[in-house]
Amino acid sequence: MAQFRLPDVGEGLTEAEIVTWHVAVGDVVAVNDVLVDIETAKSVVELPSPFAGTVTDLLVEPGRTVPVGTPIVAIGEAAEVADAAAEEKAPEMLVGYGPKDEASGGRRRRRAAVPAAVGATATATVERPRAAPPVRLLARRLGVDLARVPCDGIVTRRDLESFVRSHDGDASRVAGDAAAAPAPAPATAPAPAPSAGDRTVPHTAVRRVTAAAMVASAFTAPHVTEWVEVDVSRTVELVERLRGEREWRDVPVSTLHLVLRSVCLALRRTPELHAVWGDDALTIPEHVGLGVAAATDRGLVVPVVPQAETLDLRGIVEQVGELVAVARSGRLQPAQMAGGTFTVTNIGVFGVDAGTPILPPGQTGILAVGAITRKPWVDEHDQVVPRWVTTLALSFDHRAVDGAQGSRFLRDVADLLHDPALALTV
Amino acid sequence: MNPSLPTESDESDLVRLLTPEGARVEHADAGWSGTDADLFALYRDMVLTRRIDTEGYALQRHGELGLWPPCLGQEAVQVGTAHALRAQDMAFPTYRDHGVAWVRGVPPERLLGIYRGTEHGGWDPAEHGIALPAIIIGAQTLHAAGYAMGVLMDEAVGHADSSRDAAVAVYLGDGATSQGDTLEAMSWAASFSLPLVFVIENNQYAISTATSRQTTVPLVRRAAGFGIHGVRVDGNDVLASQAVMEAALGRARDGHGPTVIEAVTYRRGAHTTSDDPSRYRAGEETEYWEARDPIARVRVLLDSLGTFERELAELDAEAEALGERLRSACRTLPEPDLAALFDLVHVETTPELREQQEAAIAWKALDTEETAS
Repeated sequence: MAQFRLPDVGEGLTEAEIVTWHVAVGDVVAVNDVLVDIETAKSVVELPSPFAGTVTDLLVEPGRTVPVGTPIVAIGEAAEVADAAAEEKAPEMLVGYGPKDEASGGRRRRRAAVPAAVGATATATVERPRAAPPVRLLARRLGVDLARVPCDGIVTRRDLESFVRSHDGDASRVAGDAAAAPAPAPATAPAPAPSAGDRTVPHTAVRRVTAAAMVASAFTAPHVTEWVEVDVSRTVELVERLRGEREWRDVPVSTLHLVLRSVCLALRRTPELHAVWGDDALTIPEHVGLGVAAATDRGLVVPVVPQAETLDLRGIVEQVGELVAVARSGRLQPAQMAGGTFTVTNIGVFGVDAGTPILPPGQTGILAVGAITRKPWVDEHDQVVPRWVTTLALSFDHRAVDGAQGSRFLRDVADLLHDPALALTV
Repeated sequence: MNPSLPTESDESDLVRLLTPEGARVEHADAGWSGTDADLFALYRDMVLTRRIDTEGYALQRHGELGLWPPCLGQEAVQVGTAHALRAQDMAFPTYRDHGVAWVRGVPPERLLGIYRGTEHGGWDPAEHGIALPAIIIGAQTLHAAGYAMGVLMDEAVGHADSSRDAAVAVYLGDGATSQGDTLEAMSWAASFSLPLVFVIENNQYAISTATSRQTTVPLVRRAAGFGIHGVRVDGNDVLASQAVMEAALGRARDGHGPTVIEAVTYRRGAHTTSDDPSRYRAGEETEYWEARDPIARVRVLLDSLGTFERELAELDAEAEALGERLRSACRTLPEPDLAALFDLVHVETTPELREQQEAAIAWKALDTEETAS
């Protein structure tokens, strides 16, 4: 039986997520049949089988991220003689940069087994003392354990000679004894001892990308957040009315779609909100690439509706529906997440009122839509009435946009949702 | 309009002798007069090049190679031009020219070592008349210009002697035309009337940068600025590729100086196995070029001849066997010996290197001993 270890498909990648298995246990595969889709920090990649035979075990379930070198599938009953030879060689596979020592029985791993044997933690690896080959040779001949020779990073011939002189005549002390050698001192203060109930959740590729994007954005674009509370009862009514119309029967329109449409209309008057900040100039894109944040099982993804300003409401509903469905299935192509110029995030689905969203890197504006709830509202006749109310929160990059433009844009979106008839005036 | 899709005017100056549909056509300035057997030989080399390439790609995905730069889609320009080379000629390839290496007789296993990290090169350039692949973009143009200077100094051109007159071919991509090295090499080639042919495989992308971002005119027009003869050819047409290369090499061997060939082709795969081309190009474009596949059009022509049925069937099996041969060879490539590295630095080694080599051997022996104990 041969095991296929996760290869480094991209020059120095250390891990990948198993996305979809194309085979099941019991399937007969030929060499180079596609076994699995994996997702790296760079892309989704198909892995072909190095072996012919029958799949006997899928060792990693979809959704899990594993280090390069981890066995992911077992294939047995190899039909060809050549593949029996390959099986012998299988542990030697993998030519990537990092994994060989950890995963496929490299040289350092065998050394690490020594401290493990004397009671150090099994996962600790001991760096071999650094010394030039002739010095190591000399130490070997003198029977000196280089780990015990005081040095400034690298053991020199002089360090070794002075160590030998100071222990002259005391062979056993010079030579040391692996069993008596003290365990290496930890380089930093130990972390608090984990309690038995702690759980470790490995980062998925999506989690890492999100983290990197948030850090990149939060520390390059000075964010300003403004918010406004608005009575959106007329928008809610409009959605109700559309849902009752025969022509809209199969179109799952919601208030979010009207928010998206309002954003497109408001960008007409204040296009700076989707400008791109550059070192020498501000670029105002011709088209609106409207990002719509979607929570999926695999984490936050932001598919982009291209040229959103050219779409009518029905077009927006259809495109968003399609993209979100693809996103939830995990098959979103990088191109479908690229080209965003402005993003809308619907935090209302989680039942919260407002937040201070962080800009996607490179974008100038992001709008968070809060929950739409019944609240007491003072109307134009000074009467307190129950109305459908929501909070809109806009974060923008203050390098590109000042409060005047940000406020005008936010007010425009709010006004359109307060009275959708105003769309006729835009 | 997709900027990477050629317009009709882009194609008007292309030398083409075989249409994408597989029909032979005439051209005023070029002709291909090979036999049917020659045609099959070209086809066979393209099919086997593709098999080498797809196996190299798969071996990277198996975890057996660190990297592989695929040549999928560029078989015609590589195989066609290499067929025009003679034994005494010298080729200077890039890292993607697997087809050129194959035609020059380099055993394809030798291509794998540098991508598995077991070798710094793969073969003896003098033995096969092809230098080691250049990874540095455009560097090989200067190596080739220097070699061509040597050919001139050896007075190995202009004798009207087909067994003696030699020429030099340098392969480069569209991206390399933006490198100073390439322009320097063209300058030298023109000034010294070097027997050098520049084969620009314009595969439309320098990694992710489209050719249209690198130049506003066809790359072949670079030649005119240096006073070099230039020709633009359909690089997916193996017959035209061979024909223009034969003419260019002939001029070089006769002492009439350099030529720039721009072969218009398309890299259908990724830049390397580390690249995801879906980030910078879309379906319409890849479909356009798929329909212009260099191998399919020759197959149409061969099928219409109807005389190669047996050979074609055998070729499929031969290609599969070649894939298996590469796979098992790759897995058994020997681990490099550190001590042997010292032998490859100088023809006659220095005392310092000899000392270092001995230390390396002693260290290796020590290491083996420690590992065992």
